[in-house]
Amino acid sequence: MWEQIRANKRNSILLLFLMAAVLGAIGWTIGMAYVPNPNGGILGLGAALIIWLILAAVSFSSGDAIFLAASRAVPVEKSVNPQLFNIVEEMAIAASLPMPKIYIMNESAPNAFATGRNPQNASIAVTAGLLGRLNRDELQGVVAHEMSHILHRDILFVTIAGVMLGAITMISQIFLRSMFYGSMYGGGRRYSSRSKDSGGAQAILLVIAIVCAILAPILATLLYFALSQKREYLADAGGARLTRYPEGLASALEKISQNTVPLSVANKASAPMYIVNPLQKEGMKLSDLTSTHPPISERIKILRGMSGASFTDYSEAFKNTTHSAVPIPSSAMKTAEHIEIRQASSQQATNYKKQTRDIGDIMQMAGGYRFINCSCGLKMKIPPNFSSSKVQCPRCGTEYDSRG
Amino acid sequence: MVWIIVLAVVAIIVFAVIGMYNSLVGLRNQVDNAWSQISVQLKRRHDLIPNLIETAKGYMQHERGTFEAITAARSQAMGAKNVADAGKAEGVLGAALSKFLLTVEAYPDLKANQNFLSLQEELSSTENKIAFSRQAYNDQVLFFNNKTQMFPSNIIAGMFNFTKRDFFEIEDTTEKNVPKVSFGN
Repeated sequence: MWEQIRANKRNSILLLFLMAAVLGAIGWTIGMAYVPNPNGGILGLGAALIIWLILAAVSFSSGDAIFLAASRAVPVEKSVNPQLFNIVEEMAIAASLPMPKIYIMNESAPNAFATGRNPQNASIAVTAGLLGRLNRDELQGVVAHEMSHILHRDILFVTIAGVMLGAITMISQIFLRSMFYGSMYGGGRRYSSRSKDSGGAQAILLVIAIVCAILAPILATLLYFALSQKREYLADAGGARLTRYPEGLASALEKISQNTVPLSVANKASAPMYIVNPLQKEGMKLSDLTSTHPPISERIKILRGMSGASFTDYSEAFKNTTHSAVPIPSSAMKTAEHIEIRQASSQQATNYKKQTRDIGDIMQMAGGYRFINCSCGLKMKIPPNFSSSKVQCPRCGTEYDSRG
Repeated sequence: MVWIIVLAVVAIIVFAVIGMYNSLVGLRNQVDNAWSQISVQLKRRHDLIPNLIETAKGYMQHERGTFEAITAARSQAMGAKNVADAGKAEGVLGAALSKFLLTVEAYPDLKANQNFLSLQEELSSTENKIAFSRQAYNDQVLFFNNKTQMFPSNIIAGMFNFTKRDFFEIEDTTEKNVPKVSFGN
């Protein structure tokens, strides 16, 4: 696994510089388009590099906070969902990693992601819909998948890539819009040159700049997507190994793929972070190039085809299912380990009515509501802005302290 | 010229020895760390049991034998002195606990008790944590033992007295033939 971790660290640095090159190129062409001499190009390049430096610093220091805030994830205490905390702790122990911070997103679509700079500063976020729909084994599978992303150092790579991609898209958009409105109101006055004969050259540069501004985000996205697919397979393999139970993750993926509610807080930049692509519906196979995730049906089939829980077993199942090159680094398979699949833990029958109620409860608890179970069997939900210190049960009249 | 070559060779050997020594120390620390993680979870298991019995006692008056078995296994496990003994005693305790959790199925009143439910989640999570920390510990031990036995790091291991570690095996007969429980609806 060390090979993969080292490769990921190297890729993160490589990506930073690749993005610097793309940003520099955009800066230079935009600068040239506005001021048609080398000074303009250098100015644009300088501005782009300054932006890059700021972005690099931001994505290192607080990229995770940006994504968590953008997906409206709230940090939660153990009391909100003890089972989730226990499962994350179990997986942290299995992976020999420190306990990550836990966030819940108030979304009924089931999904999850991990982010952070390194295992010491990592966070795992899950949606309320995921907690409500999955049983213990399935939730463990999803958490193990996310823990593998942390273990493989995928989180830093994806975070940097996401911030950079977002920035490139934004700069291009600002430029394109300023061009559009500038030509609408200013009549192109701003772009008139001092000498008459450089007008043609400037027009060409302008066209190049526009083409660049359109192409750069697409190129950056493709690069990002190509690099994220392999990580998903690897995290699936790692998750199966950590839990010793591939079926948990397989059946979780199945349940997640049956969901029809879209995840409203996800966007193009954060899509590769999730366990299942939040933007694309299953069956809508655009092409492998533009998809951040391998098809879910394939991931499920591989997991169910495993005869043990080791990386070797995963790569064998992978070969049997896809008939293509195995995405597992050879160092992970060197030690011929044999890991038996464990037994399923006891399952409760699914009750859809209860499930919907549970999802609502989890959302309210994450939102700061306090629940009081009255001795008469009534459950009271106290909103976070409840001002009185006493609350009376509406059925039996027993008084409770509303602040606990 | 010759001196430079000799010096370079000596320097390379010294650096290789330092590197191997440091990686052995690092691995040994990881093994110790993994072991302390197991101890933490075992202690947590021992701490949970009195609470669990206290809560369940009122509902399960006819299961005195089960409680006594658990209590006896607990004190046995808490008194274990080394890795092998602990493994044996924890196996007995684990078997007693899983038998207890099966018996609980016959007491619907107890299963509806909120306090008991949260204790049960804590206990089953602790059982999982013990299993996972054992898994992580044994992985580390395998890694460390391989390093101490393979050439060339075995020379350094021999020189500085890095001895091979024991795996933590929980001897458990029930683990291999778990009774099938189905919760049909």
